Amino acid sequence: MSVQDDNISQKSCAGCGEEKEIAPGIGHALKKITATENLVRVAQLSCGAEYSGIQDEIDSAAKQVNAIMVYPEIDIADVESIEEEFGLKVASPDLRLMMARAKSIVTGKVHVDAVFVATCFRCAEAAIVRSEVRRYIHEKTGIPVISYSFTERTTAATLLTRMEALTTTARRKSLLAREKQTGLTAGIDSGSTTTKAIIMKDNVIIGKGWVPTIKVIESAEEAFNNAMKEAGITRSDIQALGTTGYGRFLIGEHLKADLMQEEITVNSKGAVYLADKQKGVATVLDIGGMDNKAISVTDGIPGMFTMGGICAGASGRFLEMTAKRLGVSITELGSLALKGKASNVKMNSYCIVFGIQSLVNSLAGGSTPEDVAAAACHSVAEQLFEQQLQEVDVKEPVIMVGGTALIEGLPKAVEELLKVKVIVPPNAQYIGAVGAALLASGFINK
Amino acid sequence: MKVFIYPTNSLILYDMVERFGHEPLAIMQEIGKKVRSQGLDSPPMNITPEDPKFGLKYAAVEVPAGVRGRMSLLDPLLTKAEAAIIVNDPVISFGCMGCARTNELVNFLLRGKKIPILKLDYPSTEEDAKLFVYKISEFLKSLKPAEENK
Repeated sequence: MSVQDDNISQKSCAGCGEEKEIAPGIGHALKKITATENLVRVAQLSCGAEYSGIQDEIDSAAKQVNAIMVYPEIDIADVESIEEEFGLKVASPDLRLMMARAKSIVTGKVHVDAVFVATCFRCAEAAIVRSEVRRYIHEKTGIPVISYSFTERTTAATLLTRMEALTTTARRKSLLAREKQTGLTAGIDSGSTTTKAIIMKDNVIIGKGWVPTIKVIESAEEAFNNAMKEAGITRSDIQALGTTGYGRFLIGEHLKADLMQEEITVNSKGAVYLADKQKGVATVLDIGGMDNKAISVTDGIPGMFTMGGICAGASGRFLEMTAKRLGVSITELGSLALKGKASNVKMNSYCIVFGIQSLVNSLAGGSTPEDVAAAACHSVAEQLFEQQLQEVDVKEPVIMVGGTALIEGLPKAVEELLKVKVIVPPNAQYIGAVGAALLASGFINK
Repeated sequence: MKVFIYPTNSLILYDMVERFGHEPLAIMQEIGKKVRSQGLDSPPMNITPEDPKFGLKYAAVEVPAGVRGRMSLLDPLLTKAEAAIIVNDPVISFGCMGCARTNELVNFLLRGKKIPILKLDYPSTEEDAKLFVYKISEFLKSLKPAEENK
Protein backbone atom coordinates (compact mmCIF):
# COMPACT_ATOMS: atom_id res chain seq x y z
CA MET A 1 0.00 0.00 0.00
CA SER A 2 2.89 2.34 0.61
CA VAL A 3 4.75 1.72 -2.60
CA GLN A 4 5.40 4.81 -4.67
CA ASP A 5 6.55 5.27 -8.17
CA ASP A 6 9.71 7.26 -8.80
CA ASN A 7 7.73 9.87 -10.65
CA ILE A 8 5.31 10.64 -7.89
CA SER A 9 5.82 11.20 -4.26
CA GLN A 10 4.10 13.04 -1.49
CA LYS A 11 5.44 14.09 1.84
CA SER A 12 3.36 15.20 4.73
CA CYS A 13 4.11 15.79 8.37
CA ALA A 14 1.88 15.27 11.33
CA GLY A 15 3.74 17.82 13.41
CA CYS A 16 3.77 20.81 11.13
CA GLY A 17 0.73 20.14 8.99
CA GLU A 18 2.55 21.04 5.85
CA GLU A 19 2.15 19.04 2.73
CA LYS A 20 4.03 18.63 -0.46
CA GLU A 21 3.16 16.92 -3.67
CA ILE A 22 5.94 16.41 -6.06
CA ALA A 23 5.21 15.09 -9.50
CA PRO A 24 8.03 15.81 -11.92
CA GLY A 25 6.91 16.09 -15.49
CA ILE A 26 3.35 17.07 -14.70
CA GLY A 27 3.95 20.67 -15.69
CA HIS A 28 5.17 19.68 -19.14
CA ALA A 29 2.20 17.40 -19.75
CA LEU A 30 -0.25 20.01 -18.49
CA LYS A 31 1.23 22.66 -20.73
CA LYS A 32 0.50 20.50 -23.75
CA ILE A 33 -3.03 19.82 -22.63
CA THR A 34 -4.09 23.29 -21.62
CA ALA A 35 -2.30 25.31 -24.28
CA THR A 36 -5.34 25.11 -26.53
CA GLU A 37 -7.89 25.76 -23.79
CA ASN A 38 -9.40 29.10 -22.84
CA LEU A 39 -7.45 31.37 -20.55
CA VAL A 40 -9.09 31.36 -17.13
CA ARG A 41 -9.02 34.53 -15.01
CA VAL A 42 -8.53 33.57 -11.38
CA ALA A 43 -8.96 36.32 -8.78
CA GLN A 44 -6.37 36.12 -6.05
CA LEU A 45 -7.66 37.21 -2.66
CA SER A 46 -4.76 36.73 -0.31
CA CYS A 47 -2.98 38.03 2.75
CA GLY A 48 0.75 37.52 3.20
CA ALA A 49 1.51 35.61 -0.03
CA GLU A 50 3.96 38.21 -1.35
CA TYR A 51 5.79 38.42 2.00
CA SER A 52 5.98 34.64 2.32
CA GLY A 53 7.89 34.39 -0.93
CA ILE A 54 5.36 32.13 -2.62
CA GLN A 55 3.74 34.51 -5.11
CA ASP A 56 5.91 33.13 -7.87
CA GLU A 57 4.75 29.60 -6.99
CA ILE A 58 1.10 30.67 -7.25
CA ASP A 59 1.70 32.35 -10.60
CA SER A 60 3.63 29.35 -11.82
CA ALA A 61 0.84 26.90 -10.90
CA ALA A 62 -1.71 29.15 -12.62
CA LYS A 63 0.41 29.39 -15.75
CA GLN A 64 0.62 25.62 -16.01
CA VAL A 65 -3.17 25.35 -16.26
CA ASN A 66 -3.40 28.30 -18.66
CA ALA A 67 -4.82 30.61 -16.04
CA ILE A 68 -3.85 34.10 -14.98
CA MET A 69 -4.03 35.51 -11.48
CA VAL A 70 -5.83 38.86 -11.32
CA TYR A 71 -6.35 41.30 -8.45
CA PRO A 72 -9.83 42.84 -8.38
CA GLU A 73 -9.85 46.62 -8.51
CA ILE A 74 -11.17 48.41 -5.46
CA ASP A 75 -11.44 51.98 -4.20
CA ILE A 76 -9.78 53.06 -0.96
CA ALA A 77 -13.26 53.99 0.29
CA ASP A 78 -14.36 50.36 -0.21
CA VAL A 79 -11.57 49.17 2.11
CA GLU A 80 -12.54 51.69 4.76
CA SER A 81 -16.23 50.74 4.76
CA ILE A 82 -15.92 47.00 4.19
CA GLU A 83 -15.87 45.94 7.86
CA GLU A 84 -19.29 47.46 8.42
CA GLU A 85 -20.69 46.06 5.18
CA PHE A 86 -19.19 42.60 5.48
CA GLY A 87 -19.79 42.35 9.23
CA LEU A 88 -16.31 41.25 10.26
CA LYS A 89 -14.03 43.61 12.18
CA VAL A 90 -10.40 42.62 11.76
CA ALA A 91 -7.06 44.04 12.86
CA SER A 92 -5.04 43.28 9.73
CA PRO A 93 -5.58 45.74 6.85
CA ASP A 94 -4.70 43.15 4.20
CA LEU A 95 -7.70 41.10 5.37
CA ARG A 96 -9.89 44.17 4.87
CA LEU A 97 -8.45 44.36 1.38
CA MET A 98 -9.45 40.72 0.83
CA MET A 99 -13.02 41.41 1.89
CA ALA A 100 -13.21 44.53 -0.31
CA ARG A 101 -11.94 42.54 -3.29
CA ALA A 102 -14.52 39.83 -2.61
CA LYS A 103 -17.24 42.47 -2.65
CA SER A 104 -15.89 43.80 -5.92
CA ILE A 105 -16.39 40.32 -7.45
CA VAL A 106 -19.84 39.80 -5.94
CA THR A 107 -21.13 43.18 -7.13
CA GLY A 108 -19.86 42.48 -10.65
CA LYS A 109 -17.33 45.32 -10.66
CA VAL A 110 -14.79 42.86 -12.02
CA HIS A 111 -15.30 39.74 -14.09
CA VAL A 112 -13.41 36.63 -13.08
CA ASP A 113 -13.92 32.92 -13.84
CA ALA A 114 -12.68 31.51 -10.52
CA VAL A 115 -11.39 32.66 -7.14
CA PHE A 116 -8.36 31.58 -5.12
CA VAL A 117 -8.48 32.62 -1.46
CA ALA A 118 -5.23 32.19 0.45
CA THR A 119 -3.84 33.28 3.80
CA CYS A 120 -0.95 32.35 6.06
CA PHE A 121 -1.14 28.98 7.79
CA ARG A 122 -1.54 29.39 11.56
CA CYS A 123 -3.08 32.89 11.43
CA ALA A 124 -6.37 32.57 13.30
CA GLU A 125 -7.80 35.90 12.20
CA ALA A 126 -7.01 35.12 8.58
CA ALA A 127 -8.59 31.67 8.87
CA ILE A 128 -11.91 33.24 9.88
CA VAL A 129 -11.82 35.77 7.04
CA ARG A 130 -10.68 33.16 4.52
CA SER A 131 -13.55 30.88 5.38
CA GLU A 132 -16.19 33.63 5.33
CA VAL A 133 -14.92 35.22 2.11
CA ARG A 134 -14.99 31.83 0.40
CA ARG A 135 -18.55 31.18 1.56
CA TYR A 136 -19.67 34.71 0.59
CA ILE A 137 -18.40 34.39 -2.98
CA HIS A 138 -19.71 30.86 -3.41
CA GLU A 139 -23.19 31.71 -2.16
CA LYS A 140 -23.56 35.05 -3.93
CA THR A 141 -22.03 34.19 -7.29
CA GLY A 142 -21.65 30.44 -7.82
CA ILE A 143 -18.13 31.14 -9.14
CA PRO A 144 -15.83 28.20 -8.28
CA VAL A 145 -13.67 29.08 -5.31
CA ILE A 146 -10.91 27.34 -3.43
CA SER A 147 -9.17 28.37 -0.25
CA TYR A 148 -5.70 27.49 0.91
CA SER A 149 -3.45 28.24 3.88
CA PHE A 150 0.18 28.45 2.90
CA THR A 151 3.60 28.45 4.45
CA GLU A 152 6.87 29.50 2.83
CA ARG A 153 7.28 25.85 1.83
CA THR A 154 4.21 25.87 -0.43
CA THR A 155 5.27 25.06 -3.97
CA ALA A 156 3.66 25.25 -7.40
CA ALA A 157 3.43 21.44 -7.37
CA THR A 158 1.40 21.58 -4.14
CA LEU A 159 -1.02 24.02 -5.71
CA LEU A 160 -1.22 22.42 -9.13
CA THR A 161 -3.99 19.86 -8.60
CA ARG A 162 -6.09 22.47 -6.85
CA MET A 163 -5.55 25.00 -9.63
CA GLU A 164 -6.32 22.36 -12.21
CA ALA A 165 -9.60 21.49 -10.49
CA LEU A 166 -10.49 25.15 -10.13
CA THR A 167 -9.90 25.95 -13.78
CA THR A 168 -11.58 22.77 -14.98
CA THR A 169 -14.72 23.63 -13.06
CA ALA A 170 -14.67 27.10 -14.63
CA ARG A 171 -13.79 25.90 -18.10
CA ARG A 172 -15.57 22.60 -18.63
CA LYS A 173 -19.01 23.09 -17.16
CA SER A 174 -20.70 21.45 -20.15
CA LEU A 175 -18.53 18.34 -19.84
CA LEU A 176 -19.14 18.14 -16.10
CA ALA A 177 -22.90 18.42 -16.67
CA ARG A 178 -22.84 14.96 -18.31
CA GLU A 179 -25.05 12.62 -16.30
CA LYS A 180 -25.02 9.42 -18.38
CA GLN A 181 -22.22 7.38 -19.79
CA THR A 182 -22.68 6.51 -23.46
CA GLY A 183 -20.86 4.17 -25.85
CA LEU A 184 -17.96 1.98 -24.74
CA THR A 185 -15.48 3.89 -22.60
CA ALA A 186 -12.81 3.19 -20.01
CA GLY A 187 -11.51 5.04 -16.97
CA ILE A 188 -8.25 4.48 -15.11
CA ASP A 189 -7.57 5.91 -11.67
CA SER A 190 -3.86 5.81 -10.89
CA GLY A 191 -3.84 6.41 -7.16
CA SER A 192 -0.93 6.68 -4.79
CA THR A 193 -1.73 3.28 -3.29
CA THR A 194 -3.88 1.39 -5.79
CA THR A 195 -4.70 1.59 -9.47
CA LYS A 196 -8.28 1.01 -10.59
CA ALA A 197 -9.73 0.51 -14.07
CA ILE A 198 -13.35 0.45 -15.20
CA ILE A 199 -15.00 -0.39 -18.52
CA MET A 200 -18.49 1.02 -19.08
CA LYS A 201 -20.98 0.39 -21.84
CA ASP A 202 -24.20 2.36 -22.22
CA ASN A 203 -24.25 3.50 -18.59
CA VAL A 204 -23.42 0.06 -17.14
CA ILE A 205 -20.13 -1.12 -15.60
CA ILE A 206 -19.03 -4.23 -17.50
CA GLY A 207 -15.43 -4.67 -16.36
CA LYS A 208 -13.29 -3.85 -13.31
CA GLY A 209 -9.61 -4.03 -12.50
CA TRP A 210 -7.89 -3.26 -9.20
CA VAL A 211 -4.18 -3.66 -8.44
CA PRO A 212 -1.71 -2.13 -5.98
CA THR A 213 0.28 0.72 -7.52
CA ILE A 214 3.86 -0.45 -7.86
CA LYS A 215 5.13 0.99 -11.12
CA VAL A 216 2.63 3.50 -12.45
CA ILE A 217 2.48 2.40 -16.11
CA GLU A 218 2.78 -1.34 -15.48
CA SER A 219 0.14 -1.24 -12.74
CA ALA A 220 -2.22 0.77 -14.96
CA GLU A 221 -1.78 -1.69 -17.81
CA GLU A 222 -2.43 -4.62 -15.50
CA ALA A 223 -5.61 -3.09 -14.05
CA PHE A 224 -6.76 -2.03 -17.53
CA ASN A 225 -6.13 -5.50 -18.98
CA ASN A 226 -7.99 -7.14 -16.09
CA ALA A 227 -10.98 -4.86 -16.67
CA MET A 228 -10.97 -5.49 -20.44
CA LYS A 229 -10.71 -9.22 -19.84
CA GLU A 230 -13.72 -9.17 -17.52
CA ALA A 231 -15.66 -7.08 -20.05
CA GLY A 232 -14.64 -9.39 -22.90
CA ILE A 233 -13.31 -6.61 -25.10
CA THR A 234 -10.00 -5.44 -26.55
CA ARG A 235 -8.29 -2.03 -26.55
CA SER A 236 -9.46 -1.26 -30.07
CA ASP A 237 -13.13 -1.61 -29.03
CA ILE A 238 -12.86 1.28 -26.57
CA GLN A 239 -14.16 4.54 -27.98
CA ALA A 240 -12.71 6.89 -25.38
CA LEU A 241 -10.39 6.64 -22.38
CA GLY A 242 -10.12 8.91 -19.34
CA THR A 243 -7.36 8.92 -16.71
CA THR A 244 -7.23 10.44 -13.26
CA GLY A 245 -5.22 10.24 -10.03
CA TYR A 246 -1.58 11.00 -9.33
CA GLY A 247 -0.33 9.12 -12.35
CA ARG A 248 -2.91 10.51 -14.80
CA PHE A 249 -0.45 12.27 -17.08
CA LEU A 250 2.04 9.46 -17.27
CA ILE A 251 -0.53 6.78 -18.09
CA GLY A 252 -2.64 9.22 -20.09
CA GLU A 253 0.22 9.98 -22.44
CA HIS A 254 1.25 6.33 -22.55
CA LEU A 255 -2.24 5.06 -23.39
CA LYS A 256 -3.17 8.11 -25.48
CA ALA A 257 -6.12 8.99 -23.28
CA ASP A 258 -8.79 11.41 -24.47
CA LEU A 259 -9.17 12.95 -21.01
CA MET A 260 -6.56 13.42 -18.28
CA GLN A 261 -8.26 14.99 -15.33
CA GLU A 262 -7.44 15.64 -11.68
CA GLU A 263 -9.37 13.63 -9.11
CA ILE A 264 -11.40 16.41 -7.50
CA THR A 265 -13.74 16.96 -10.45
CA VAL A 266 -13.64 13.31 -11.55
CA ASN A 267 -14.39 11.94 -8.07
CA SER A 268 -17.22 14.44 -7.57
CA LYS A 269 -18.78 13.28 -10.79
CA GLY A 270 -18.23 9.61 -10.02
CA ALA A 271 -19.62 9.97 -6.49
CA VAL A 272 -22.92 11.64 -7.39
CA TYR A 273 -23.31 9.28 -10.36
CA LEU A 274 -22.83 6.11 -8.31
CA ALA A 275 -24.92 7.42 -5.40
CA ASP A 276 -27.61 8.58 -7.85
CA LYS A 277 -27.53 12.11 -6.41
CA GLN A 278 -26.71 14.07 -9.53
CA LYS A 279 -29.16 16.89 -8.88
CA GLY A 280 -28.88 19.34 -6.03
CA VAL A 281 -26.22 19.68 -3.36
CA ALA A 282 -24.04 16.94 -1.90
CA THR A 283 -20.79 16.57 0.01
CA VAL A 284 -18.20 14.10 -1.19
CA LEU A 285 -15.58 12.76 1.24
CA ASP A 286 -12.68 10.74 -0.06
CA ILE A 287 -10.11 9.49 2.45
CA GLY A 288 -7.34 8.28 0.23
CA GLY A 289 -4.24 6.23 0.81
CA MET A 290 -2.16 9.35 1.26
CA ASP A 291 -4.48 12.35 1.23
CA ASN A 292 -8.08 13.42 1.72
CA LYS A 293 -10.56 15.34 -0.32
CA ALA A 294 -13.68 17.06 0.93
CA ILE A 295 -15.80 18.47 -1.87
CA SER A 296 -19.00 20.49 -1.75
CA VAL A 297 -20.90 19.63 -4.94
CA THR A 298 -23.88 21.26 -6.68
CA ASP A 299 -25.49 19.37 -9.58
CA GLY A 300 -22.38 17.21 -9.84
CA ILE A 301 -20.02 20.17 -10.17
CA PRO A 302 -17.57 20.95 -7.35
CA GLY A 303 -18.02 24.36 -5.78
CA MET A 304 -15.79 24.46 -2.73
CA PHE A 305 -13.22 21.83 -2.00
CA THR A 306 -10.20 21.09 0.09
CA MET A 307 -7.46 18.66 -0.61
CA GLY A 308 -5.41 17.80 2.41
CA GLY A 309 -2.32 15.91 3.00
CA ILE A 310 -2.71 17.49 6.37
CA CYS A 311 -1.44 14.48 8.22
CA ALA A 312 -0.70 10.87 7.46
CA GLY A 313 -2.71 10.08 10.59
CA ALA A 314 -5.85 11.14 8.71
CA SER A 315 -5.26 8.83 5.77
CA GLY A 316 -5.87 5.24 4.80
CA ARG A 317 -2.25 4.55 5.68
CA PHE A 318 -3.10 4.96 9.39
CA LEU A 319 -5.80 2.29 9.11
CA GLU A 320 -3.49 0.02 7.15
CA MET A 321 -0.87 0.23 9.90
CA THR A 322 -3.50 -0.44 12.56
CA ALA A 323 -4.71 -3.51 10.65
CA LYS A 324 -1.14 -4.77 10.37
CA ARG A 325 -0.59 -4.32 14.12
CA LEU A 326 -3.83 -6.17 14.88
CA GLY A 327 -2.84 -8.98 12.52
CA VAL A 328 -5.92 -8.61 10.30
CA SER A 329 -6.29 -7.61 6.67
CA ILE A 330 -7.43 -4.08 5.87
CA THR A 331 -10.74 -5.49 4.62
CA GLU A 332 -11.36 -7.13 8.00
CA LEU A 333 -10.57 -4.01 10.01
CA GLY A 334 -13.92 -2.35 9.22
CA SER A 335 -16.14 -5.16 10.45
CA LEU A 336 -13.90 -5.52 13.53
CA ALA A 337 -14.39 -1.81 14.27
CA LEU A 338 -18.18 -2.15 14.10
CA LYS A 339 -18.04 -4.56 17.06
CA GLY A 340 -15.86 -2.23 19.18
CA LYS A 341 -16.27 1.00 21.09
CA ALA A 342 -13.82 3.82 20.35
CA SER A 343 -14.31 5.52 23.73
CA ASN A 344 -12.82 2.48 25.49
CA VAL A 345 -9.40 3.37 24.10
CA LYS A 346 -7.57 6.53 25.10
CA MET A 347 -5.68 8.06 22.19
CA ASN A 348 -3.22 10.83 22.96
CA SER A 349 -2.41 11.81 19.40
CA TYR A 350 -3.69 11.69 15.82
CA CYS A 351 -0.13 11.19 14.61
CA ILE A 352 0.67 8.10 12.56
CA VAL A 353 3.60 7.41 14.90
CA PHE A 354 2.30 8.46 18.32
CA GLY A 355 -1.32 7.54 17.61
CA ILE A 356 -0.32 3.99 16.72
CA GLN A 357 1.79 3.98 19.89
CA SER A 358 -1.38 4.82 21.89
CA LEU A 359 -3.17 1.91 20.23
CA VAL A 360 -0.29 -0.46 21.01
CA ASN A 361 -0.28 0.71 24.63
CA SER A 362 -4.03 0.10 24.83
CA LEU A 363 -3.58 -3.44 23.55
CA ALA A 364 -0.88 -3.96 26.18
CA GLY A 365 -3.27 -2.56 28.76
CA GLY A 366 -5.91 -5.14 27.91
CA SER A 367 -8.08 -3.36 25.28
CA THR A 368 -9.78 -5.63 22.79
CA PRO A 369 -8.77 -5.57 19.09
CA GLU A 370 -12.38 -4.53 18.33
CA ASP A 371 -12.09 -1.41 20.50
CA VAL A 372 -8.69 -0.58 19.04
CA ALA A 373 -10.02 -0.91 15.48
CA ALA A 374 -12.96 1.37 16.35
CA ALA A 375 -10.60 3.90 17.95
CA ALA A 376 -8.43 3.96 14.83
CA CYS A 377 -11.46 4.66 12.62
CA HIS A 378 -12.67 7.32 15.03
CA SER A 379 -9.24 8.98 15.06
CA VAL A 380 -9.11 9.27 11.27
CA ALA A 381 -12.70 10.54 11.08
CA GLU A 382 -12.17 13.03 13.89
CA GLN A 383 -9.10 14.51 12.30
CA LEU A 384 -10.88 14.83 8.96
CA PHE A 385 -13.72 16.58 10.79
CA GLU A 386 -11.48 18.92 12.79
CA GLN A 387 -9.00 19.89 10.13
CA GLN A 388 -10.76 19.70 6.80
CA LEU A 389 -14.52 19.81 7.04
CA GLN A 390 -14.43 23.38 8.32
CA GLU A 391 -13.26 24.34 4.84
CA VAL A 392 -16.41 23.17 3.04
CA ASP A 393 -20.08 23.44 3.84
CA VAL A 394 -21.18 19.96 4.80
CA LYS A 395 -24.60 19.50 3.22
CA GLU A 396 -26.54 16.27 2.97
CA PRO A 397 -26.33 13.85 1.33
CA VAL A 398 -22.80 13.05 2.48
CA ILE A 399 -21.24 10.53 0.12
CA MET A 400 -18.09 8.66 1.17
CA VAL A 401 -16.00 7.21 -1.60
CA GLY A 402 -12.64 5.56 -2.18
CA GLY A 403 -11.32 2.29 -0.85
CA THR A 404 -11.42 3.46 2.76
CA ALA A 405 -15.22 3.93 2.55
CA LEU A 406 -15.45 0.14 2.50
CA ILE A 407 -13.80 -0.09 5.93
CA GLU A 408 -17.22 -0.08 7.61
CA GLY A 409 -16.02 1.43 10.87
CA LEU A 410 -14.91 4.60 9.09
CA PRO A 411 -18.25 5.74 7.57
CA LYS A 412 -19.83 4.86 10.92
CA ALA A 413 -17.32 7.07 12.78
CA VAL A 414 -17.96 9.90 10.30
CA GLU A 415 -21.72 9.49 10.81
CA GLU A 416 -21.31 9.74 14.57
CA LEU A 417 -19.22 12.89 14.30
CA LEU A 418 -21.28 14.71 11.68
CA LYS A 419 -24.64 13.45 12.98
CA VAL A 420 -25.78 12.75 9.43
CA LYS A 421 -26.39 9.62 7.39
CA VAL A 422 -23.39 8.75 5.26
CA ILE A 423 -23.96 7.10 1.89
CA VAL A 424 -21.37 4.64 0.61
CA PRO A 425 -22.36 3.97 -3.01
CA PRO A 426 -21.75 0.62 -4.71
CA ASN A 427 -18.29 0.36 -6.28
CA ALA A 428 -17.12 3.21 -4.03
CA GLN A 429 -13.51 2.10 -4.44
CA TYR A 430 -13.74 2.61 -8.24
CA ILE A 431 -15.08 6.16 -7.95
CA GLY A 432 -12.28 7.85 -9.89
CA ALA A 433 -12.25 5.28 -12.67
CA VAL A 434 -16.05 5.45 -13.03
CA GLY A 435 -15.95 9.26 -13.11
CA ALA A 436 -13.22 9.17 -15.76
CA ALA A 437 -15.14 6.65 -17.91
CA LEU A 438 -18.31 8.74 -17.58
CA LEU A 439 -16.62 12.01 -18.52
CA ALA A 440 -14.60 10.35 -21.29
CA SER A 441 -17.82 9.50 -23.10
CA GLY A 442 -18.09 13.23 -23.83
CA PHE A 443 -15.10 12.79 -26.15
CA ILE A 444 -16.55 10.01 -28.31
CA ASN A 445 -17.68 12.27 -31.12
CA LYS A 446 -14.50 14.30 -31.17
CA MET B 1 19.48 60.23 13.97
CA LYS B 2 18.14 57.12 12.27
CA VAL B 3 14.40 57.23 12.86
CA PHE B 4 12.31 54.10 12.39
CA ILE B 5 8.81 54.92 11.16
CA TYR B 6 5.71 52.80 11.50
CA PRO B 7 3.78 52.17 9.29
CA THR B 8 7.14 51.73 7.72
CA ASN B 9 5.99 52.64 4.20
CA SER B 10 4.37 55.93 5.24
CA LEU B 11 5.49 58.63 2.80
CA ILE B 12 4.20 61.39 5.10
CA LEU B 13 6.29 60.18 8.05
CA TYR B 14 9.29 59.64 5.78
CA ASP B 15 9.06 63.20 4.49
CA MET B 16 8.68 64.70 7.97
CA VAL B 17 11.69 62.84 9.35
CA GLU B 18 13.80 64.04 6.42
CA ARG B 19 12.60 67.64 6.74
CA PHE B 20 13.85 67.75 10.33
CA GLY B 21 17.32 66.62 9.33
CA HIS B 22 17.11 62.96 10.33
CA GLU B 23 17.49 59.74 8.39
CA PRO B 24 14.18 57.88 7.96
CA LEU B 25 14.30 54.10 8.11
CA ALA B 26 11.61 52.84 5.74
CA ILE B 27 10.76 49.55 4.11
CA MET B 28 11.02 51.03 0.63
CA GLN B 29 14.81 51.05 1.07
CA GLU B 30 14.87 47.31 1.76
CA ILE B 31 12.46 46.40 -1.04
CA GLY B 32 14.47 48.65 -3.35
CA LYS B 33 17.61 46.62 -2.60
CA LYS B 34 15.73 43.42 -3.39
CA VAL B 35 14.25 44.48 -6.70
CA ARG B 36 17.50 46.09 -7.87
CA SER B 37 19.59 43.04 -7.05
CA GLN B 38 20.70 40.73 -9.86
CA GLY B 39 17.94 38.45 -11.08
CA LEU B 40 14.28 38.55 -10.21
CA ASP B 41 13.27 35.20 -8.75
CA SER B 42 9.98 36.03 -7.19
CA PRO B 43 8.05 39.08 -8.40
CA PRO B 44 6.69 41.54 -7.35
CA MET B 45 9.05 42.19 -4.42
CA ASN B 46 11.58 39.47 -5.01
CA ILE B 47 10.92 37.93 -1.62
CA THR B 48 11.74 34.24 -1.90
CA PRO B 49 10.79 31.35 0.42
CA GLU B 50 14.23 31.86 2.02
CA ASP B 51 13.25 35.25 3.45
CA PRO B 52 10.69 34.07 6.03
CA LYS B 53 13.49 31.88 7.39
CA PHE B 54 15.50 35.03 8.24
CA GLY B 55 12.41 36.13 10.14
CA LEU B 56 12.98 33.21 12.49
CA LYS B 57 15.38 35.55 14.30
CA TYR B 58 12.28 37.28 15.68
CA ALA B 59 9.53 34.68 15.69
CA ALA B 60 9.28 30.91 15.89
CA VAL B 61 8.20 28.67 13.05
CA GLU B 62 4.59 28.53 14.24
CA VAL B 63 4.24 32.25 13.55
CA PRO B 64 2.66 32.75 10.09
CA ALA B 65 5.08 32.91 7.15
CA GLY B 66 3.76 36.35 6.15
CA VAL B 67 4.78 37.79 9.53
CA ARG B 68 8.24 36.28 9.34
CA GLY B 69 8.68 37.47 5.73
CA ARG B 70 7.85 41.01 6.80
CA MET B 71 10.24 40.73 9.77
CA SER B 72 13.08 39.71 7.46
CA LEU B 73 12.60 43.00 5.60
CA LEU B 74 12.36 45.02 8.82
CA ASP B 75 15.40 43.40 10.46
CA PRO B 76 18.06 45.84 9.14
CA LEU B 77 15.80 48.79 9.95
CA LEU B 78 15.16 47.65 13.51
CA THR B 79 18.87 47.01 14.02
CA LYS B 80 19.77 50.54 12.90
CA ALA B 81 16.91 52.36 14.68
CA GLU B 82 17.98 55.09 17.11
CA ALA B 83 14.50 56.55 17.56
CA ALA B 84 11.02 55.61 16.40
CA ILE B 85 7.66 57.10 15.52
CA ILE B 86 4.70 54.72 15.68
CA VAL B 87 1.25 55.64 14.45
CA ASN B 88 -1.54 53.41 15.72
CA ASP B 89 -4.53 52.43 13.56
CA PRO B 90 -3.80 54.59 10.52
CA VAL B 91 -6.04 54.50 7.44
CA ILE B 92 -4.72 52.26 4.69
CA SER B 93 -3.64 55.19 2.49
CA PHE B 94 -1.38 56.66 5.22
CA GLY B 95 0.81 53.58 5.18
CA CYS B 96 0.22 49.98 5.98
CA MET B 97 2.08 46.75 6.74
CA GLY B 98 -1.08 44.76 6.13
CA CYS B 99 -0.74 42.51 9.14
CA ALA B 100 -1.84 43.11 12.73
CA ARG B 101 0.50 40.43 14.11
CA THR B 102 3.50 42.19 12.52
CA ASN B 103 2.33 45.48 14.04
CA GLU B 104 2.23 43.91 17.51
CA LEU B 105 5.63 42.30 17.19
CA VAL B 106 7.34 45.44 15.88
CA ASN B 107 5.85 47.55 18.68
CA PHE B 108 7.11 45.05 21.23
CA LEU B 109 10.61 44.89 19.76
CA LEU B 110 10.97 48.66 19.61
CA ARG B 111 9.95 48.92 23.26
CA GLY B 112 12.79 46.57 24.18
CA LYS B 113 15.37 48.71 22.37
CA LYS B 114 15.21 51.52 24.94
CA ILE B 115 15.32 54.26 22.30
CA PRO B 116 13.20 57.45 22.18
CA ILE B 117 9.77 56.47 20.87
CA LEU B 118 6.80 58.62 19.95
CA LYS B 119 3.47 56.77 19.84
CA LEU B 120 0.44 58.48 18.36
CA ASP B 121 -3.09 57.59 17.33
CA TYR B 122 -4.02 58.38 13.76
CA PRO B 123 -6.03 61.66 13.81
CA SER B 124 -9.71 61.64 12.97
CA THR B 125 -10.40 65.43 12.91
CA GLU B 126 -8.58 68.42 11.48
CA GLU B 127 -7.75 69.70 14.96
CA ASP B 128 -6.29 66.29 15.88
CA ALA B 129 -4.31 66.32 12.64
CA LYS B 130 -2.68 69.64 13.52
CA LEU B 131 -1.78 68.33 16.95
CA PHE B 132 -0.50 65.12 15.32
CA VAL B 133 1.93 67.05 13.09
CA TYR B 134 2.96 69.31 15.98
CA LYS B 135 3.80 66.37 18.26
CA ILE B 136 5.87 64.70 15.55
CA SER B 137 7.77 67.89 14.79
CA GLU B 138 8.49 68.52 18.48
CA PHE B 139 9.71 64.95 18.87
CA LEU B 140 11.96 65.23 15.84
CA LYS B 141 13.34 68.56 17.05
CA SER B 142 14.20 66.97 20.38
CA LEU B 143 16.41 64.38 18.69
CA LYS B 144 20.06 65.05 17.92
CA PRO B 145 20.36 65.88 14.17
CA ALA B 146 21.87 63.21 11.89
CA GLU B 147 25.05 65.28 11.19
CA GLU B 148 25.83 65.81 14.86
CA ASN B 149 25.35 62.16 15.50
CA LYS B 150 28.05 61.13 13.03
